[in-house]
Amino acid sequence: MAPDRAFWIFATLLSHWRRHPLNFATLVIGLAVATALWSGVQALNQQARTSYDRAAQVFGDAGAASIVSAKGTSVAQEHYVALRRAGWKVSPVIEGSVRIGGVSYRLVGVEPLTVPKGSAVAGLATGGDLEAFLKAPGQTLVATETLRELGAAGGSRPVTEGKQALPPLVVTEAVAPGILVMDIGAAQVILGKPQQLTRLIGGQGEMPDEASLVAIGGDALKLEQPEERGDLARLTDSFHLNLTAFGLLAFIVGLFIVHASIGLAFEQRLGTLRTMRAVGVPLRLLMLVLVGEVVLLALLAGAIGMVCGYVIAAALLPDVAASLSGLYGAHVGGHLALQGRWWASGLGMASAGALAASAVSLLKVYRLPILAVAKPLAWREAQHAQLRRQGVLAAMCLVIGAIAFLWGRGLVAGFVVIAGVLLGAALLLPLLLAVVLRLGERRASGALAQWFWADTRLQLSGLSLALMALLLALAANVGVGTMVEGFRKTFTGWLDERLNSELYFDAAGAQEGGEIAEWLGRDPRVTAVLPVWKAETRIGGWPVDVYGTRDHATYRDHFTLLSHTADAWDRVRDGEGALISEQLARRMDIGLGSPLALPTADGVWELPVVGLYPDYGNPKGQVRVNVDHLVRHWADARRTSYSVRVAPSDAGALMTAMQSHFDGKIARIVDQASLKQISTQIFERTFAVTGALNTLTLIVSGIALFASLLTLSDLRLAQLAPVWALGVTRRKLMDLEIGKLLVLAAITAVLAVPLGLVLAWCLVAIVNVQAFGWRLPFHVFPTQWGLIVALALATAFLASIVPVVRLGRTAPQDLLKVFANER
Amino acid sequence: MTLIDRTHRAGGSPQASAPLLRVSDVRKSYATPQGPIPVLKGVDLTLAAGESLALLGESGSGKSTLLHLIGGLDDADSGEIMLDGVRVTGQPDAERAALRRERIGIVFQQFNLVPSLTVAGNIAFQARIAGRFDAAWQEELMERLGLAALRHRYPEQLSGGQQQRVSIGRALAIRPRLLIADEPTGNLDEATGDEVMGLALDLIARTGCGFLMVTHSTRLARRLDRQVTLASGVLAGA
Repeated sequence: MAPDRAFWIFATLLSHWRRHPLNFATLVIGLAVATALWSGVQALNQQARTSYDRAAQVFGDAGAASIVSAKGTSVAQEHYVALRRAGWKVSPVIEGSVRIGGVSYRLVGVEPLTVPKGSAVAGLATGGDLEAFLKAPGQTLVATETLRELGAAGGSRPVTEGKQALPPLVVTEAVAPGILVMDIGAAQVILGKPQQLTRLIGGQGEMPDEASLVAIGGDALKLEQPEERGDLARLTDSFHLNLTAFGLLAFIVGLFIVHASIGLAFEQRLGTLRTMRAVGVPLRLLMLVLVGEVVLLALLAGAIGMVCGYVIAAALLPDVAASLSGLYGAHVGGHLALQGRWWASGLGMASAGALAASAVSLLKVYRLPILAVAKPLAWREAQHAQLRRQGVLAAMCLVIGAIAFLWGRGLVAGFVVIAGVLLGAALLLPLLLAVVLRLGERRASGALAQWFWADTRLQLSGLSLALMALLLALAANVGVGTMVEGFRKTFTGWLDERLNSELYFDAAGAQEGGEIAEWLGRDPRVTAVLPVWKAETRIGGWPVDVYGTRDHATYRDHFTLLSHTADAWDRVRDGEGALISEQLARRMDIGLGSPLALPTADGVWELPVVGLYPDYGNPKGQVRVNVDHLVRHWADARRTSYSVRVAPSDAGALMTAMQSHFDGKIARIVDQASLKQISTQIFERTFAVTGALNTLTLIVSGIALFASLLTLSDLRLAQLAPVWALGVTRRKLMDLEIGKLLVLAAITAVLAVPLGLVLAWCLVAIVNVQAFGWRLPFHVFPTQWGLIVALALATAFLASIVPVVRLGRTAPQDLLKVFANER
Repeated sequence: MTLIDRTHRAGGSPQASAPLLRVSDVRKSYATPQGPIPVLKGVDLTLAAGESLALLGESGSGKSTLLHLIGGLDDADSGEIMLDGVRVTGQPDAERAALRRERIGIVFQQFNLVPSLTVAGNIAFQARIAGRFDAAWQEELMERLGLAALRHRYPEQLSGGQQQRVSIGRALAIRPRLLIADEPTGNLDEATGDEVMGLALDLIARTGCGFLMVTHSTRLARRLDRQVTLASGVLAGA
């Protein structure tokens, strides 16, 4: 009997939506939009993380230890042979990067006969293609995405910028995008590292212990414990966290719509719910059915939202992939592959969000007396009580934010500060609006003006949620806009200083580089040829690039330093000091004068820090030393990159001359303008994603306002009809209605500006520093503020048009019904 | 059909049959900031099956409170109410809900219809959740109440008299043991009130249920079997 009873209760509850399609539409739109933005962002994150995981698991068990050179250099092949002879089932790996068509790819050389079981390439050892893989010309295993990116067909042999032809391409889904897998012998040739290995890997229980390792390799080898995750996953964490934060903000703004819609629906159904209870519906069953209704609606709207989320993710994926590639060198598959857990988490969020948004209404029903209490609470009294409650909540949010600011650490604490400030300010908004409106009412002269202010205050309870959503969206726009503009301004200035040379080139090899540099040295147009040689190391497990440069006015005069000792450049020249990037300084918690321990090929090189410089956008740490000392400590440092100083007017001609003279010996050559353009493009694409999410959040807040006005328009009739009956025309009432909303929106927008600036400061001073390791100077852009106020007024105006026109078209008899006994 | 006819059809003299409803020493007070205000100060009342009773009294005399306690919508501070051998007072919510759902029909002054259900849906609602839906009886109710042509209309499309007829139809659709009505014609003009009352009494007689009505109108009260007056929290003429 109970299921049957539940069915009829459910059917009766659902009948409400059939009679109130607009209310239903706003609820579904709110939930769908909230879910869409959240799930869209999650789809992007999941897509990227799946790519990272695939990249990290070329060798299967990413959690297994490996044997590496104790000095940070290569592992000699004879050590591998010795370990095998001693019975250890290790497998050799060589890794490096190659550039093809201006794009970097990770090249991995494996030995298929010994590669551990469970690895992505393990199937080669038993598969029928083993012979083709091993036998010349061999095979290069790539993902479909990589083949597409290379613009090559299966079986073709792309040529690297170092003029090495890869073995023929073969597509396999076992390899992650951006990775080229081939036989170790071929890889050693292409990377120019004969007889050298990057590391030795092995299955569980197949690796030697420390003692055996010392016995075989002396102090040349060490056992490296796995990091919990791959470098890419760690480096890109902040990027994804920022996306998630934006998705969450949009989700919360969307939930404001849901809260308003569900609240209204429950309010409209209070009579029905009382009647149901009176005719014998048990409270527990009624609550169960109501929760079921909310969950069902959430699943329905959530599913629509998931589809929209997929569309959003697909639209943003190219920009996200380009940003990840440009910033981190991460290759993300270009085709969205969504997993079951994406659907589950999206629908779960929709249900949880809908239940959270309806919690207050459900509680109200739970406490609803069957008999209507004959004590109608005056709206003022109710509003005061609500404002008091919100004031207390706001204070709590602000206190939590302050605690996180004062004592919190890390990125999560940064977001808690932002959430506390934003929610606290949003909850305070109705209180501030009420104060301003009361002031307006006191100063008003004339009956209609007084009614205008008093009635606007009456509307505040119904509109406050939508206005809070608008405040959040506007503040996010000001905050993120300020940060992005500030970043653009700083970044452009920094690029101008940093990219000071007129030409940059990479030679095909060290020898070719020397040849070209010598040739350039003889050209009278060239004032300097500056080597930018590089070695790679790790400090505290973090990847760090060590650059070797020559002492020159180009650096002394233009290279921006955040802080430095008086003799910084002299000490760098003499090999007695190093300049380090801001990221590295913050991460290692070191500063001027601190000793820096650099793991080099022949041991640890200790030298003091003599200067800190900004290195915006670089996920890795960076150190700058004198080039002669670099090659002294890293014999295998990459000696192929140079910058060339020449009169700007001669740069084009010199570049052409170099290309015609050296042709194949130059792997890449680019002039200053092009390099700046490439850097700026990466920046623009990164913030294109943020900009899109920002705009979507503002649209959502507009929908929230529209939904609230639309659902309130019926209730407004009872408040407007008496004024109409007293002789105010409908036209005049329409104007006043729009005026009220514009007043509310304008006050909200004005309050959003300082809140947005606080948000921008939090982003710049807390989140950016925690997430990326560098701090931007704080700039303000007053023209943006005017734009935001105009945007708020436009949003409010657009949102009010339909409800106000509906009011204008209300027939007199409908207005008269307000006064009739029989409605 | 006359009052006497109905009484006989329901099983002879009301006094002779076992009481359907027994109210014994029921007390109820409401808490206020100034202290509790006693509304019912020991009410005793009986009602036989098929009997109809009018409960009269001034505004604020506690008529509606007594009706709500009998209907299981509220609980007494002390005393006992028995309906059809089942205790109404001191029961948990689920038990009282079951009692209302299956044995009591309630007609409110404000009609209390579900605005999103049609006339037919409203009449069927309680019967369906009680598992007592009878299509033929539903049809007969709609015919007799003059609602057959309005079955697809929504409450907002009906006049007050029509809405009250729907409310009566909903209450009778479960064939209740007791029908209680709180000022059922209070929102209607005299002629419409009389018409609705006539229809209600006619159908009540068909079901043989007990009928307890709160009213201000002595004229309407006289159409029922008995009349009692509630004054200062106690009954006179019970």
